[in-house]
Amino acid sequence: MERHRKIPVMTPVIDAKSLNLTFTTKDGPVQALKDVDLRIKAGDFVSFIGPSGCGKTTFLRCVAGLETPTSGSLTVNGMTPDEARQARAYGYVFQAAGLYPWRSVARNIRLPLEIMGYSRAEMAERVEKVLKLVDLEGFGGKYPWQLSGGMQQRASIARALSFDADILLMDEPFGALDEIVRDHLNEQLLKLWRDTQKTIGFVTHSIPEAVYLSTKIVVMSPRPGRITDVIDSPLPPDRPLDIRDSRDFIDIAHRVRDGLRAGHAYD
Amino acid sequence: MKTLLAVLSVVGAIVVVWYLACIPMNIAGVLTAAERAGAEVSPPEARERRDMSGMALTLRNPTQIGPVWSQDRPRLPAPHQVVIELWDTTVNKKITSKRSLIYHSWITLSATLLGFAIGTGLGILLAVGIVQSRVMDMAVMPWAIVSQTIPIIALAPMIIVVLYSIGVQGLLPKAIISAYLSFFPVVVGMVKGLRSPDQMQMDLMRTYNATDGQRLWKLRLPASMPYLFASLKVGIAASLVGAIVGELPTGAVAGLGARLLAGSYYGQTVQIWSALFAAAIVAALLVALLGVIERALLRRMGQAA
Amino acid sequence: MIGVVSALAVWAGAMWLNMRLAARDTAFARAVVPVVFGVTILVMWELLVRGLQVSAVILPPPSAIAQTFAGNLPTLWADFQQTFLKGALGGYVIGCSAAFLTALAIDRSDFLRRGLLPVGNFVAALPIVGTAPILVMWFGFDWQSKAAVVVVMVYFPVLVNTVAGLSATDAMQRDLMHTYGASPAQSLIKLRLPAAMPFVFNGLKIATTLALIGAIVAEFFGSPIVGMGFRISTSVGSLDLAMVWAQIVVAALAGSLFYGAIALIESRVTFWHPAQRS
Repeated sequence: MERHRKIPVMTPVIDAKSLNLTFTTKDGPVQALKDVDLRIKAGDFVSFIGPSGCGKTTFLRCVAGLETPTSGSLTVNGMTPDEARQARAYGYVFQAAGLYPWRSVARNIRLPLEIMGYSRAEMAERVEKVLKLVDLEGFGGKYPWQLSGGMQQRASIARALSFDADILLMDEPFGALDEIVRDHLNEQLLKLWRDTQKTIGFVTHSIPEAVYLSTKIVVMSPRPGRITDVIDSPLPPDRPLDIRDSRDFIDIAHRVRDGLRAGHAYD
Repeated sequence: MKTLLAVLSVVGAIVVVWYLACIPMNIAGVLTAAERAGAEVSPPEARERRDMSGMALTLRNPTQIGPVWSQDRPRLPAPHQVVIELWDTTVNKKITSKRSLIYHSWITLSATLLGFAIGTGLGILLAVGIVQSRVMDMAVMPWAIVSQTIPIIALAPMIIVVLYSIGVQGLLPKAIISAYLSFFPVVVGMVKGLRSPDQMQMDLMRTYNATDGQRLWKLRLPASMPYLFASLKVGIAASLVGAIVGELPTGAVAGLGARLLAGSYYGQTVQIWSALFAAAIVAALLVALLGVIERALLRRMGQAA
Repeated sequence: MIGVVSALAVWAGAMWLNMRLAARDTAFARAVVPVVFGVTILVMWELLVRGLQVSAVILPPPSAIAQTFAGNLPTLWADFQQTFLKGALGGYVIGCSAAFLTALAIDRSDFLRRGLLPVGNFVAALPIVGTAPILVMWFGFDWQSKAAVVVVMVYFPVLVNTVAGLSATDAMQRDLMHTYGASPAQSLIKLRLPAAMPFVFNGLKIATTLALIGAIVAEFFGSPIVGMGFRISTSVGSLDLAMVWAQIVVAALAGSLFYGAIALIESRVTFWHPAQRS
């Protein structure tokens, strides 16, 4: 089994061409994604922002092979999303930590490793490594319900990192946390991204969060779900929290807001 | 729609298996009857046949299986035999007849309903008492919970006989058994329901300076309804079992339990099965009726799901 | 007369004591108050039966029941073995295992699950104990027929609860397994079985009481000359009510210990569940 796949730097890691997805619901068909074109290259930190119903989560789920597009093409590492999933190309972090309450934190992190058939020694080593990455050393023996919400979410990030996939897909991972904890986790996530050089797809509905974290911001609008703007951030990779008071930061935030308004996101 | 199809398939499969099971279950009796009528069966010795399984007998006498679904006293009556018996003893008999299943069902049902009403009423009262008084909560509640784990139905024969010996018989002793069997589930469920309002809702009542009675009436009782109905459904099923078991020890002549017992004395299997189905139908109707009442009540209270 | 007066005095005294104890909500009070209440009932029972000279064929006093209990230990033990260890426990193990395996077998088929769940729920509410005369006819008078009744009684509640438990995982947890490319067997073992355990144990706990009821009531329809149900029905016939009460004490102890044992295993297995953590 191939776990690491070296990709030439210039080929896009995620490549979507005129992607469409229509759900059939009781009230008729709903177009969740309309003509989505997007290329994400290795090492990008891409945020998807927009109001609920704009298709940002749906797009991420398409990349993960959890939803199947109705038409268009989508490749992940040059493979179909399903092949990429089988090759364990990405780690996925959900809105809630979703840790199994009957497993300790360490055994939760081991879960994907057990499924993928790692050896005992390697499992132990990787668990230690990712616990350190998310600053949870010494908490491996605790059970999820003994941790705070922020710590639980960090454990779930560690779980997604444990098998060392090149891509990290995060669906509003900090949405349920308070702002103070969220700021702290944002800082940590940036550091982690710089250290590991992963490609990150990050869904959020917070404008400051998107601007603070991303190298590329994808602004989306609902009915039908579509991309209204793609912004390449001029901010440097090294970003202290107070960068949020800088001129550049405020300008980008403005542009995001304009993009949302243009897409009637506030209606 | 898909669910209906699935349920029908499962029920259909059960009926098919039932018909097939009749063959090995009844073949021995069929062969004995055939032998008596002069037919040739294999093996011819009754003694040898007794030691063989139903399967083996079927395989050696494949031409004789015809009557397995129409015997008089089969070990396993076929579904249509039970249905015909049910039809015969309900629609085709006068309701007052001793052979009418409706008559017997009514005897059992009336005891069930009386007992259930008593048990439920007392259960709700005790639950209110437990919620309002800490002493009662601490003293009684553990025993009510423990009573759920013990087979208190074992008291039934004694209650019947003791009451008989002091001259009480008929409906009341069975109703008493039904009452105490439905009593405890209702107490436990109702206490849970009365305690279901959360702290915020209770605090709200406190900000209104509501009295204990107002809090009970305006908040606790409405909130307890879903819990109450869940335990009423358990309680009514227990009440019915209680009334049936209450008919066993004195050799009662009327009621579904009496039909079961008489059937088992005289080997009237079709009668046992039809009494069993009558009991099942009564139970299903009672639970369904509670469901209808529950939905109507919750809708009026604006809680319908 | 003295008996009645002293019974009332005991009642008043015990109530006063309990009120004092319950005024403060301590662990000690929580343990002692129900015991005081239970003992009071027993003492009043004794005093009232003696004071009003109630006939022993109507209500024997607790002391007489205790004497009968102590004097008939071999009989009680034999009956307990026959009814509980063979009939109830045997049927419980067979019925629960069969239900659990059925639930696993139909797990992969949405169609079967849709079909069996309503049927199972329906059957679980029926007076199954009525099958006892049929099963006694099929399996004979000995414990096998009692175990068969128990199997039928416990099967559906355990089946329904296990099936419900196996589908109790939420979409996010299943998606997570999907992103790992987990096989159906892996997601069953790692996710759905552990998540189903609280439901399974709920069914197993309901089944403990049903097992004992089934084994005892089935004996009313025919049994060898040993067994708790047999002893109850014959002792009732000969108006030996102290023996009936002694059997009921055994049934109560067996029932609550059985339930307690399953609840203890549950708390070990599902230690993570909110209901176990409080």
